[in-house]
Amino acid sequence: MRVLRYLLKKEFRQIFRDKIILAMMFAMPTIQLIIFPLAMNFDVKSVNIAVVDNDHSSYSQQLVAKIGASGYFKIVAAEPSFQSAIRYIETEKADVLLEIPPNFESHLIREGKQRIGVSVDAINGTKAAIGGNYLLMVIADFNKDIPVNMGRNMAAPAGMIDIAYSNWFNPLAEYRFYVVPAILVLLLTLIGGSMSALNIVREKEVGTIEQINVTPIQKWEFILGKLIPFWVVGMIVFTIGLLVAWGVYGIWPVGSFVTLYVFAAVYMVALLGFGLLISTYTSNQLQAMFVAFFFVMIFMLMSGLFTSVDSMPPWAKLIANLTPVTHFIRVIRMIVLKGSGFADVYMELLYLGLFAIVLNGWAIFNYRKTS
Amino acid sequence: MSAVTLDHITKTYDEGKVLAVDDITLQVEEGELFGLIGPDGAGKTSLFRVLTTLLLPDKGSATVRGYDCVKDYKEIRKRIGYMPGKFSLYQDLTVKENLDFFATLFGSTIEGNYELIKDIYEQIKPFNDRRAGKLSGGMKQKLALCCALIHKPEVLFLDEPTTGVDVVSRKEFWEMLKRLKQQGITIIVSTPYMDEAMLCERIALIQNGKIMSVDTPANIMAAFPVKLYAMKADNIYKLLTALRGMPEIDSSFAFGEYIHITLKDDNIEALRQKVEQQGHTHVDIKLIHPGIEDSFIRLMNQA
Repeated sequence: MRVLRYLLKKEFRQIFRDKIILAMMFAMPTIQLIIFPLAMNFDVKSVNIAVVDNDHSSYSQQLVAKIGASGYFKIVAAEPSFQSAIRYIETEKADVLLEIPPNFESHLIREGKQRIGVSVDAINGTKAAIGGNYLLMVIADFNKDIPVNMGRNMAAPAGMIDIAYSNWFNPLAEYRFYVVPAILVLLLTLIGGSMSALNIVREKEVGTIEQINVTPIQKWEFILGKLIPFWVVGMIVFTIGLLVAWGVYGIWPVGSFVTLYVFAAVYMVALLGFGLLISTYTSNQLQAMFVAFFFVMIFMLMSGLFTSVDSMPPWAKLIANLTPVTHFIRVIRMIVLKGSGFADVYMELLYLGLFAIVLNGWAIFNYRKTS
Repeated sequence: MSAVTLDHITKTYDEGKVLAVDDITLQVEEGELFGLIGPDGAGKTSLFRVLTTLLLPDKGSATVRGYDCVKDYKEIRKRIGYMPGKFSLYQDLTVKENLDFFATLFGSTIEGNYELIKDIYEQIKPFNDRRAGKLSGGMKQKLALCCALIHKPEVLFLDEPTTGVDVVSRKEFWEMLKRLKQQGITIIVSTPYMDEAMLCERIALIQNGKIMSVDTPANIMAAFPVKLYAMKADNIYKLLTALRGMPEIDSSFAFGEYIHITLKDDNIEALRQKVEQQGHTHVDIKLIHPGIEDSFIRLMNQA
C-alpha cells in the first residue's frame, strides 16, 4: 500500500507540475461547455426566401405578406422570373424560393385549386427541411383562411383536428437542454480516454517504464497508480461541468445526484480501461493520440450526441450501443432532464459495468511486464 | 556460485529475421567487475534486457544469483540494479523526488542505504530540488546510478553508462564503480570504448551477437598471435592506400598518427625497402605491444 500511495503522490505531482496539461484538463471542458451549446443551435430562425410573383394579384400579395409576417422568413428578393430568382439560391443568398404562377388568384377562385412552386437549397439539410416545412405550414394556414375556402367551409364544415402541442421534460424544446448534458459526457470522454492513454504511453516513450519494470512493483499497483489519479480528475471535471451547466444554462439535474455520480464513477472506470487498452497497443504518444482520436470521433458521431440513436439504421444502432458513450449520454439525459430514478436506468449501469470489466480486463491481459 | 550465468542464450527480433544475441554462454563471478565490449548493435543491450528480466530469450536459459531469468523474475527484480543506456528517470520530477520514488518502489528509503550512494549523491545533492530533465549529462548519469543503487542491489547492470559523457566525468565514473566493487557488488558494464575495457577485471568481446573472446584484458592482449608494427610516413593517407594494395600485408589500420600493421611472412625489412622505393619519405617502423583495440579488430576480422 505504501508503494501505491507513493505512486499516486508522484502521479499527482506530475499532473500539477505540467501547467499546460493542467489547464487543458480543467479549463478546456469549462470553456467548451460554455461555447459549444451556444454555438450549436438547430432552431432555425431566419430562412432567406426569394419570391417570384407572376400573378401580382391581391391573393398573391396576401400570401407574400403572410410569409413575411410569420417571423421565420426574411424576404431577400422579389424577382420577375424563376431564372433570375434561382441565382439567389445558387449564390446562397436565399435558402428557399417560392414561385407563384400567373393567374394564381383566378384559378384558385374559379377552379378551387392552384399549384405553387417551392424550391429549396438542400446543401444545409436541416435548414432546408425546417425552412421548407415552415413554408408549407404558412401556406396551409393561408389556404385555410382565404375567402373561397371560408365560403366553402360555411356551406359544409370539414372535420378539422386541432392539435394541442406540449413538450415534456424540455418545455420550450430548447436545443441546449438536449445538448448540454451530452457535451458534458463528451468532455469526460476526451479527458478520461485520451489523457490516460497518453500518460501511460509517455512512460513507454521516455523509457521510464523500463526502469519501473525492473523494480519489484506489482502489476496492479502500477495500473491502479495510473487509473486512480485520472479517475479523480474525471470526477472533478464532471462536477465542474455540472456547475457550468447550472450557472450558464440553468440546467439543474431533476434526478438524484447520487445516481448521477454512481454512473459517472462507473463510466470513468470504463473509459480509463479504454485509455489503458490503447496504451498497451501503441508505443508513442503520437500513435496513442491518433488512435484515441479515431475512437473518440466514432463515439462522438455514433453516441446520439447530434442525432438520435433511435433513428439510425439497425447496423449503426448496434455500433452505437457497443460504445459506452451512448449509454452514458442516454442515462445522463434521463437523469438530468427527466429525473429518472435508479430503477429506471439500472440496465444502463449494467452495460457500463460490463464495458468497465471488459475494457480493463482486456487491457490488463495485454499489458505485460516482460515481452 | 557464479553471480550471473548465460547458457546458450539466443534472442531474435521481427520473428527471427534479426539475430540480436546468437547462442551466448557466459559466466560472471561474484564481486567481479565485468565488461561487455562491442560496437553499436553488437547485442549488448539485448543481453542486458534478458538478464534484467525485461526480455524473454528465444532459446537458452540465464540466471542471476541463482534465480532463473524467466521463472524467478520477481526475485531477480528485488536483487538487481539496472541503469539503461538511455536516461530513463522522470524528467519532470526533482533529483530528490526521483530518488525517493525508486527507494519507495523497492520498499526502502534514501536513508536506508545512504552509505552506498553517499559518495555519488553528495555530488548532486546541491541540485536536490532541480528537475532531472534540467541536469547536465554527467549529473543525470550520477542520479541514474544513485537510483539503481538505492536498494543495495547484489548485481548492478550498467548499459553504456559513459556514452555521451565527458572525459573527466567518465574517469570519475569508473572510480565510483571501483569503490562499489569493493562493497561486494557484482558489476556488469557494457561500453563501446576500448580504453574502458582495460578498467574491467574480465571482458567479453561481442560482435554481431556472438562472443569472440572472454578473458582478462591482459590475457586477451597477450593472446595476440603475431607481431604488430606501427608505421608512419610523411603522407600517411597515401601510405595506408599503398599498404592495403600489398599482398604481404595481413592487416592495416590507421591509429592516430601511426598505421598498425601485421604481416603474413614477418619480413619487415623487405617491406620498409619496398615502401621507400615507392617514394614514401620519413618512413618510421617500430614493433609495438598490441592494445585491446588491436585484439578486438583482429578478432573481428577473423569472425
